[in-house]
Amino acid sequence: MSFFKKLKEKITGTNETVTEKFKDGLTKTRESFTSKVNDLVSRFRVVDEEFFEELEEVLLQADVGFDTVMELIDLLKDEVKRKNIKDTTGMQTLISEKLVEIYNAGEEVSNELNIEEGRLNVILMVGVNGVGKTTTIGKMASRLQKEGKTVMLAAGDTFRAGAIDQLVVWGERTGVEVVRQAEGSDPAAVIFDAVKAAKKRNVDVLICDTAGRLQNKVNLMNELEKVHRIIGREIEGAPHEVLLALDATTGQNALIQAQTFNEATNVTGIVLTKLDGTAKGGIVLAIRSKLDIPVKFVGLGEGIDDLQPFDPEKYVYGLFADGLEMEDEDEEDEEGTEEDK
Amino acid sequence: MAFEGLAERLQGTLNKITGKGKINEADVKEMMREVRFALIEADVNLKVVKEFVKTVSERSVGQDVMKSLTPGQQVVKIVKDELTNLMGGEQNPIQFARKSPTVIMMVGLQGAGKTTTTGKLATVLRKKHNKKPLLVAADIYRPAAIQQLETLGKQITVPVFSMGTDQSPVEIARRAMEEAEREHNDVVIIDTAGRLHVDEVLMQELKDIRELTKPDEVFLVVDAMTGQDAVNVAKNFNETIGITGVILTKLDGDTRGGAALSIRSVTEKPIKFVGMGEKMDALEPFHPERMASRILGMGDVMSLIEKAQENVDEEKAKELEQKLRTQSFTLEDFLDQMQQVKKMGPLDEILKMMPGANKIKGLDNAKVDESQMGRVEAVIYSMTRAERENPDIINASRKKRIAVGSGTSIQEVNRLLKQFEEMKKMVKQMTSMQQKGKKKGKMPGFDSFFK
Repeated sequence: MSFFKKLKEKITGTNETVTEKFKDGLTKTRESFTSKVNDLVSRFRVVDEEFFEELEEVLLQADVGFDTVMELIDLLKDEVKRKNIKDTTGMQTLISEKLVEIYNAGEEVSNELNIEEGRLNVILMVGVNGVGKTTTIGKMASRLQKEGKTVMLAAGDTFRAGAIDQLVVWGERTGVEVVRQAEGSDPAAVIFDAVKAAKKRNVDVLICDTAGRLQNKVNLMNELEKVHRIIGREIEGAPHEVLLALDATTGQNALIQAQTFNEATNVTGIVLTKLDGTAKGGIVLAIRSKLDIPVKFVGLGEGIDDLQPFDPEKYVYGLFADGLEMEDEDEEDEEGTEEDK
Repeated sequence: MAFEGLAERLQGTLNKITGKGKINEADVKEMMREVRFALIEADVNLKVVKEFVKTVSERSVGQDVMKSLTPGQQVVKIVKDELTNLMGGEQNPIQFARKSPTVIMMVGLQGAGKTTTTGKLATVLRKKHNKKPLLVAADIYRPAAIQQLETLGKQITVPVFSMGTDQSPVEIARRAMEEAEREHNDVVIIDTAGRLHVDEVLMQELKDIRELTKPDEVFLVVDAMTGQDAVNVAKNFNETIGITGVILTKLDGDTRGGAALSIRSVTEKPIKFVGMGEKMDALEPFHPERMASRILGMGDVMSLIEKAQENVDEEKAKELEQKLRTQSFTLEDFLDQMQQVKKMGPLDEILKMMPGANKIKGLDNAKVDESQMGRVEAVIYSMTRAERENPDIINASRKKRIAVGSGTSIQEVNRLLKQFEEMKKMVKQMTSMQQKGKKKGKMPGFDSFFK
């Protein structure tokens, strides 16, 4: 059975609607990235140096980043040599296989949120300006609530005009309490209050918003470190999750963002936002292989339910879905002859 | 600073070739390979990279370069020229309508910074162009977007027109135009909701607003950290609604700024402003030539001079110069000077504008510590007037008092006094040198205070 069929069965067997969401959300990505790969495969009947060069360009255009592209191309070249592949048919499968491989190459880390029953779980949301931290918090609150957890939000972005109101609106939508202070107050103080309030009211999850900050602003990064420290002082082992929100349209700078925020706050996971609009998000590959930080959620739209847990296999499947289904049909005809990969 | 990584790599590559007396095609090819990597790593669009590399290569292997006496420098010049071209050549000012009001529409993806930029733009228009802007809150989708604009409006005391979230953005725009007429606002800036360039319904809404208000400028606001997709976004917005210019935001981050290099060449629309910070006055006109020279480490003296002119009091500067010449420069003057420099913006940004500053050892990653500046200030503030005028009278017990008063230590007080003495000595040398050449170097050794 082909890698894809396995993948597809594994995924569709579990949850059809979520996979559909991935497929829909990734339409744009698929159109540009996948059709390019498909186009490449059909144009080149033979796997040669030129084929790899063009593939390299397609990958670079998906923001995968230079080093990771080189790594992938080397892997592919080895594989092609080893299996003595001359023909380009089936290259899509090979490419996606290697993509997943690269993604999974790092340490085994869980994609699940570290949330335990019977304690106050604190999630700290960090990131640069305009990546969608507050929106993600709104969606996440709704998600957790649906799972039967009591949630509280802390309006820690006291800097940007209107940020507190934005979180309050999300609070109203989801029926979740928001701890807030006036604009311009000390974010550490807001978070401190929120932790106290969350303890008193026995909530399951406290999600803390913070102001967007560019990672090269030393003072602001120090402020974030302080917020992180204060949460840890109030509750041992907290924050249990530090989620870095990354805009999927961001280029190579995302890697630097992940590095710097990781140094300041020990990032435990990434939320890749706005993936529905972009042609790529290829940078997650680089981040995963260089920093060992897993992507835990992806934002696939503006609706309250458009935050989905990330699954690398689903992601790759979403990328290649159409091309694969075609390939699948072909395969079914020659099922008997196709050997297991 | 933005472009830093790109600058570093390009400079490294170009340094190898600058001094060469002879260049052959292989040299150029080798260099261009590295230039290509550098540009891709900086998120410059792949197609743009290819074109750029091709043009530069062709020009570099041309006869006049190869035969010139300094072919290396010629190549560097070509790279600079082409970089400038890529970013649009001349600085492109904002277009005002012949008949008021001028209408400006802000469009872009979510989170690019439209609302913040709207506030900044209003500040620029009022301060530099003497306009009376009206801001229009037409983002009815994102929670609290209207409050955000209203808060900004209050901060900068510019009126904001809003009708809540129940009216359609088109209707809001229409009523805002009437309001502007009534209140005699000569500029109307419409803040629209962030949207994906693939969202047809929302794009139609923009078209309708455009149709109705006939804007003189449609600014596409783009996050400078955007990757390869930046050109698709720009192309799409341009084709569907037609933009007149681009504003790049968050350029104060450490992005390599590939978007800045790609968008212009793909859309043929100029970058008009760049966002350089979180404060409301941190919006600057974009100068392609200056940016190119910053990328190549040639400094940006023009911007530095402009900044100085804007923020430095000329009278005071003259007075200071006089004092420097007559050796009557005191700690009081030093404090003054320091505050003027501070007004010009973050110190490390300023240092980066100086030609050759990137070659000063350790400066590239020296985070100039602004709080250190605060400590120096505190020490001087804790001195009496007499002490500031004549630091020689500061004895041990005075030092102790100053240290306690400023919350520093005696060592710090000592260090400041010593550095001040040294600076005076250096000034003395400089001024005697300058009697011949009449160029003034204002504060030699100034930066040594903050390391």
